[in-house]
Amino acid sequence: MAWPVGSDPPRPRGRWRDEAVEAALGHLLQGGVVLAAVLVALGGLRYLLEHGSAVPPGRLFSGEPANLRQIGGILEGAAACRGRPLIMAGLLVLIATPVARVGASLVAFLQQRDRTYTLLTAFVLLVLAAGLMGWGL
Amino acid sequence: MTTTGFTLLVALGSVLAGLLGALTGLGGGVVIVPMLTLLFGVDFRYAVGASLVSVIATSSGAAAAYVREGYTNIRVGMFLEVATVLGAVLGASLAGIVSTAALAVILGLVLLYSAFLSSRPRAEHVVATPDPLAARLRLDGAYPTPEGEREYHVQHVRLGFGLMLGAGALSGLLGIGSGAVKVLAMDQAMCLPFKVSTTTSNFMIGVTAAASAGIYLARGYIDPGIAMPVMLGVLAGSTVGARLLSRTAPAPLRALFAVVIAALALQMIAHGLAGRL
Repeated sequence: MAWPVGSDPPRPRGRWRDEAVEAALGHLLQGGVVLAAVLVALGGLRYLLEHGSAVPPGRLFSGEPANLRQIGGILEGAAACRGRPLIMAGLLVLIATPVARVGASLVAFLQQRDRTYTLLTAFVLLVLAAGLMGWGL
Repeated sequence: MTTTGFTLLVALGSVLAGLLGALTGLGGGVVIVPMLTLLFGVDFRYAVGASLVSVIATSSGAAAAYVREGYTNIRVGMFLEVATVLGAVLGASLAGIVSTAALAVILGLVLLYSAFLSSRPRAEHVVATPDPLAARLRLDGAYPTPEGEREYHVQHVRLGFGLMLGAGALSGLLGIGSGAVKVLAMDQAMCLPFKVSTTTSNFMIGVTAAASAGIYLARGYIDPGIAMPVMLGVLAGSTVGARLLSRTAPAPLRALFAVVIAALALQMIAHGLAGRL
């Protein structure tokens, strides 16, 4: 929907005002970060108990094993309470948090019947989903 | 050194990085990659993966506080995110192809620019004349000031969009929030008041980093043993930093951080040129 130049577009009121949506989303993001931090900290403790006296990671690049590169493998390991997958599960929650925010913005723009921004937001969400699937260029 | 010792030292360094990042407004992400590669000898790709994760954590963690201030322009954010996420996917894809030596030099140059920018006062150019494209995209807004609501009109939409494409690519390539390039795009090109551009840029940083973090994760560039102390440390440091000072840091502290960043930048460039990364 294109607004004629210089005209004043209607501003949504009530629950779906930009400001109200923003405030709710801010709390959603903070909640996601807290959950992610708890998972990462728990996984970190397990990890140090399992590997604490080993040689530190990351000197040489070898790439992570397949089970730490896929959502299924991470969740399986996290369910078994193993340290490294548990940390990765926390990081997945962290990565998903801004994605959820974009998803919520999509709903808000749909409610506002703002076609331009619904399309723009859907496009951003699509690119994010492709990134999470690991589809680079 | 054992893994426990490494974890504790990296966590400590990350707390400091997060603290300084919050106090100067540059974000903790800018010094994580130099710290991990230069000080701890971590591979560049793992360092970028860990840094991206910390960038998402700081951005999302600060969102609620920023929202309370009521300056975020969600339309500007969403419109520019189209550019930053495309750039991020491009950058993350290139990260597997470009040599780490070249990446180190690029990161050094971006850090030098950030240091330069943080040492100068930010100039505000709020324009009162509407831009047709910005009006059509409904980008214009108003923000609260002590004298009441003040309107602003977004300028140079295409230039801003192009710069954000670059900011996204740098973010995906180097694991940083690209705050410096975003300031250039939003303050200088698009003429947003900087309270609006700071909060809106924070809104975008997490989404941009999430776009490339997925690719890093799927390619095995995110090591839990490195990302764990970095994420927790930066999050703790930036949270404390934000509590300590609700406004920008005093000039001496900003100058100190600018010097630290410039020194790290020169060292990154030297290591990159010598092929020692």
